[in-house]
Amino acid sequence: MSHDTLPRPVKTGEPPAKPPARRRRGHWSRRANPLAGLGAVIWLAVVLVPIYAMISASLTRQDQALGNNALKPPADPTLDNYNTVLHNGFGHFLANTAIVAAAVVAIVLVLCVPLAHVAVRTRNAWSGSAFRLFLLGVAIPAQAVVVPLYLMIAKLNLYDSLLAVVLPTAAFAMPVSVLILTGTLRDISEDLYEAMALDGASPTRMLFQLVVPLAKGGISTVVIYSALQAWNGFLFPLIFTQSDGPRVLTLGLFNYVSQFGVNIPALLASVVLSGVPIFAVYLVARRALVGGLMGVGGK
Amino acid sequence: MSAGTATKAGRPHAAWALPGVLFFTFFAVAPMALAFYLSFTQWNGLGDPEPVGLANWRKLIDDPRLTQSLTVTVLLTLVSWAFQTVVSLLLGVWAAGRQRNRAILSAVFFVPFLLSSTAISLLFYALLDPNFGIIQQDTLGSTSGAFLAIVFVGGWQFIPFHTLIYQGGARQIPDVLYQAAAIDGAGRYRRFFSITLPQLRNTATTSSVLMIVGSLTYFETVLILTQGGPGTDTAILPYLMYEAGFKSYDFGYASAVASFLVVAATALSLVMVRLTGFGAMRSAREGM
Repeated sequence: MSHDTLPRPVKTGEPPAKPPARRRRGHWSRRANPLAGLGAVIWLAVVLVPIYAMISASLTRQDQALGNNALKPPADPTLDNYNTVLHNGFGHFLANTAIVAAAVVAIVLVLCVPLAHVAVRTRNAWSGSAFRLFLLGVAIPAQAVVVPLYLMIAKLNLYDSLLAVVLPTAAFAMPVSVLILTGTLRDISEDLYEAMALDGASPTRMLFQLVVPLAKGGISTVVIYSALQAWNGFLFPLIFTQSDGPRVLTLGLFNYVSQFGVNIPALLASVVLSGVPIFAVYLVARRALVGGLMGVGGK
Repeated sequence: MSAGTATKAGRPHAAWALPGVLFFTFFAVAPMALAFYLSFTQWNGLGDPEPVGLANWRKLIDDPRLTQSLTVTVLLTLVSWAFQTVVSLLLGVWAAGRQRNRAILSAVFFVPFLLSSTAISLLFYALLDPNFGIIQQDTLGSTSGAFLAIVFVGGWQFIPFHTLIYQGGARQIPDVLYQAAAIDGAGRYRRFFSITLPQLRNTATTSSVLMIVGSLTYFETVLILTQGGPGTDTAILPYLMYEAGFKSYDFGYASAVASFLVVAATALSLVMVRLTGFGAMRSAREGM
């Protein structure tokens, strides 16, 4: 049953006359909605005022900061605060975070892609209960298991190492990753598997030549999601590491509070700096990032 | 799409799922069971846990902080949910339009989500400083101020994400519904309440579940902004657990609190599976 010869396959549920419909939509939605516009502007201020205050304060000289309102622009802008932060281990913390993120993404992909493939392609009690295990896992808060994990990490002699951060972070990124991937893999047509089977392809070849290429969207969502988990991670690094060696960025920031004390401009400079790398990614790959995250919510 | 299980070609061996299942079991599921076991022991972090029967649970039931913490957790979850849902629903529906300024504004709206929770908490810790901040009074020193600050900071961080979810949902509403309504002479607000809102039901469920599960873990925000204070007025359950364990080194008691969290989270996730149809193994719509 090929549609190839038909000019246009008619899908049910689609409005039959598209062009006039579009014009009509334009007609009724072009009238301004002042209330909505006002709301959007208010939210714009809510977003931008703290960001402006942060950047302006990070440029303020420390001796001028106390008693100064954060909204006032700096009288005498300086980059000293950034200098202070960069000389206090910032690069080291950032590198650690990058290592953790890369390792977490790698573990999640290696474990979850085959798992999701099995969950979608086999129908037995076994794969069903494995899938349900991950469904329940979606809501396990890390806080609930951090004490026993602390015991386990200590017994495994992993305490105060990057691996102590990587392993649990990867485990906790798995449930949502499995959900995203099964959602994507279910949309791969059975015909394609059959065609490859006729060609005598092994299951492994199918995974790499069919499933992985067709699940690219879901896979990139999982990459973004698990990298963000690692980027955001605070609790596991806080509890499973102690020394500067394996300290990641979030914890580095947290430690600046006690280190810089009342030096709020330096503290804010560190916050600005921590946002720069991911902001750069956002500028370059906005579509992938935003589209990928929409996928997280959509499933 | 025939079920055709018999014709399924080139099925992967179930063993492919094993490494993932084992890894997840070891680092996420087994610790839950271990937390429950540890709640019946006494352990100060050194040496080995020693069984003490129900002592921790008795202490927990008698602890006035538990009742307070539960109340704060539930209240914080509800208020955050209401705040984030209203704002992200409105912004999401608005951003689903296709005009150019909307695209630019949506890109700006998303920026807070790029900072980590830690960075955001530190940002507001500085901006709420009584000597330096935007509002020069001791916001975090008052119970209601601290509570509202946590709600606001949580919203500031997560509303971008939920706006995105609602934007995706709103774009999937078929145009034809609006055309029909326009022909019937329905006004803008009528269309919003009679078409947009009902059509976003599933999106709202997904988003709400993520919000509720997420607000159970407002740990960084509380630790950095208020340290549970003033007094213990913003000590949500995860923070109570953290204090008992990693400040007082009473890991048995902390595990009792953690077990409490596990029960709450499991109940939530069961509700979630029910409400969102995650478990239905159906093909989800692609391409948002």
